[in-house]
Amino acid sequence: MAYQHTIHQQVYRFNDLKDLLAKATPFRTGDALAGICAASYEERVAAQITLADVPLKTFLNETVIPYETDEITRLIIDSHNSQAFQPIAHLTTGEFRDWLLNEETDGLVLQQLKMGITPEMAAAVSKLMRNQDLIAVAKKCEVVTCFRNTIGLKGHLSTRLQPNHPTDDPKGIAASIIDGLLYGSGDAVIGINPATDSPAGVMNLLNLIDTVRQQFDIPTQSCVLSHITTTIGLINSGAPVDLCFQSIAGTQQTNTSFGVNLALLDEAYDATLSLNRGTKGNNVMYFETGQGSSLSANAHHGVDQQTCEARAYSVARKYNPLLVNTVVGFIGPEYLYDGKQIIRAALEDHFCGKLLGLPMGVDICYTNHAEADQDDMDNLLTLLGVAGCNFIMGIPGSDDIMLNYQSTSFHDALYLRKVLGLRPAPEFEQWLIKQGITDEKGKLAQTQLMTRMIDHLF
Amino acid sequence: MEKREPAAVKINDPWNSLKQFTDARIALGRAGSSIPLKQELEFKLAHAHARDAVYSLLNNEHLIKAISPLDLPLLQLHSQAGNRQQYLQRPDLGRLLDNTSSQLVKDYANANDICIILADGLSAGAINDHAAELLENLIPLLKGVNYKLSPICLAGQARVAIGDEIAYGLQAKFSVVLIGERPGLSAADSIGAYLTYYPKPGLTDESRNCVSNIRKQGLSFHLAAEKIFYLIQEAFKRKLSGVELKDNAGLLDS
Repeated sequence: MAYQHTIHQQVYRFNDLKDLLAKATPFRTGDALAGICAASYEERVAAQITLADVPLKTFLNETVIPYETDEITRLIIDSHNSQAFQPIAHLTTGEFRDWLLNEETDGLVLQQLKMGITPEMAAAVSKLMRNQDLIAVAKKCEVVTCFRNTIGLKGHLSTRLQPNHPTDDPKGIAASIIDGLLYGSGDAVIGINPATDSPAGVMNLLNLIDTVRQQFDIPTQSCVLSHITTTIGLINSGAPVDLCFQSIAGTQQTNTSFGVNLALLDEAYDATLSLNRGTKGNNVMYFETGQGSSLSANAHHGVDQQTCEARAYSVARKYNPLLVNTVVGFIGPEYLYDGKQIIRAALEDHFCGKLLGLPMGVDICYTNHAEADQDDMDNLLTLLGVAGCNFIMGIPGSDDIMLNYQSTSFHDALYLRKVLGLRPAPEFEQWLIKQGITDEKGKLAQTQLMTRMIDHLF
Repeated sequence: MEKREPAAVKINDPWNSLKQFTDARIALGRAGSSIPLKQELEFKLAHAHARDAVYSLLNNEHLIKAISPLDLPLLQLHSQAGNRQQYLQRPDLGRLLDNTSSQLVKDYANANDICIILADGLSAGAINDHAAELLENLIPLLKGVNYKLSPICLAGQARVAIGDEIAYGLQAKFSVVLIGERPGLSAADSIGAYLTYYPKPGLTDESRNCVSNIRKQGLSFHLAAEKIFYLIQEAFKRKLSGVELKDNAGLLDS
């Protein structure tokens, strides 16, 4: 169905819901590249005014990608809970924005609402929200997940220790793991991106982390971020797989380009659950997403990149993940050009994910061909800390020497914990104190652990 | 009055010895819990180098000279992206050959096995400095098992997928795109190799295998060549490339 709005005799016409969503989106290069963004500032606001009047119910009747041809649309529609939807069923998208900001709309209300919200509703309302709205509402949501520790509690901030090495050299990786642990990093996961997806190589890395974890009794989980088919193979050959990783996106065709689909995810989820390795809980999946992947795979169907991203979250929540990480600035300037666009996208993703019930973390990052630097990342880091982000990355000196991009350092996490009074996952915090890595207040201390770790690993 | 030593403003990490095992920025020390200024400025300088690498250009004259001992014909091609700024914002143009180049490719079409493409990607410097050495390691392996090679292609303002159009146009059964990777801070000169069986326009990432971080301090040219050679042979044997083709070379060694 078509929509229109008139401003000073200028009639703005929007062909359908996806056109309206795209034109209402705050500017970013990816939507311009796709040729779907508003042509002027006025057209963008006209689209936002029009979108504000669209009833939320419309999103259940008009899909942005046809039900018949896309399994993610089918998942979205089929898993929608109309009972959970009741409290907001009478609202327009604009009223929904105001309702979300109400004092009465607290964490518990949002928790009960999540399966009544579709990704398109979340994306739509986010387009009507300023950065401070995205922060204020996300902060109300508490999404807690468990494997060997408890992640996402209010007042806590976890980190993924990311000890990548360009040739997967075990000693190089071990050196970064020790550095990270001694800086209090790694409670979300110790997660390695392997340089090459070889089953034998991945197996070696899994064994490396698992041995360290057991030797020093660290209450955390490990992951080697290989393709899901590699992980399934490794599970079948008895590898110590804690978490199953996969990159996912919001259209079936994009997922096909990643070599993955819902049936394969079902299979991997069941296989990982069957290992039963969690001690505190059984959230076994780790997903990564990021705006722009569908356009990059030429599989966006004319849907804007932020709405595509939100649709990926419906895939994620089917599998009760421990961690969902939007790798926001990795994709490059053709999708998110500069610090301003990266910051906006990260806050949108964090908000949409939390609203849909996901344990959102953000890889606060940029590449060297983007117009961004450390100052932009400091801004985003601080904003996400305020918004209650579940976890961020921890990388030696912000510099990932394998993936060639900059993310947050171990020091960055300590800065954020210090200025906002945030603490690590409780079990991990106890471990840090017991090992003498930090004191009760989170201040780094001198520890004997270093010598023992070096003796063990080298 | 007793004179007191001022407290140290910077705390060093006692695990400095671990630096021998990795180029990662470990054992930086700290000022409070923040990174000390000296290390901050080192980071800033590295970022400046990476920014400069993004804006570097292919040196065709130098490359032609450097690979002439391999005795293979060579085509100079260009994408539809006119300059670096456009290249950065319009990846679609970087995947397509301009008119002159696509005519040139048609003229040289000849059923062959493997087409090797050198593309600037995001670090032309990486190709300028290292592509010749990688080829010196790779070409003898390929010739040793009698693969028929298409002309070597130099592609300017190019992205990985430009290899599909080039290899398809040249009628090669397999493409090897050696491309300058996105510069990091400790490596602004890394080459990535993207391998595709039966390349044709429209393929996406799941159809390719990638060998990354090829540079002096990363995956060495010798090992990279062996890995690429292994994957090419496996791909021809199994008639596919991409996620279904695993690098099991590590398993064979053990």
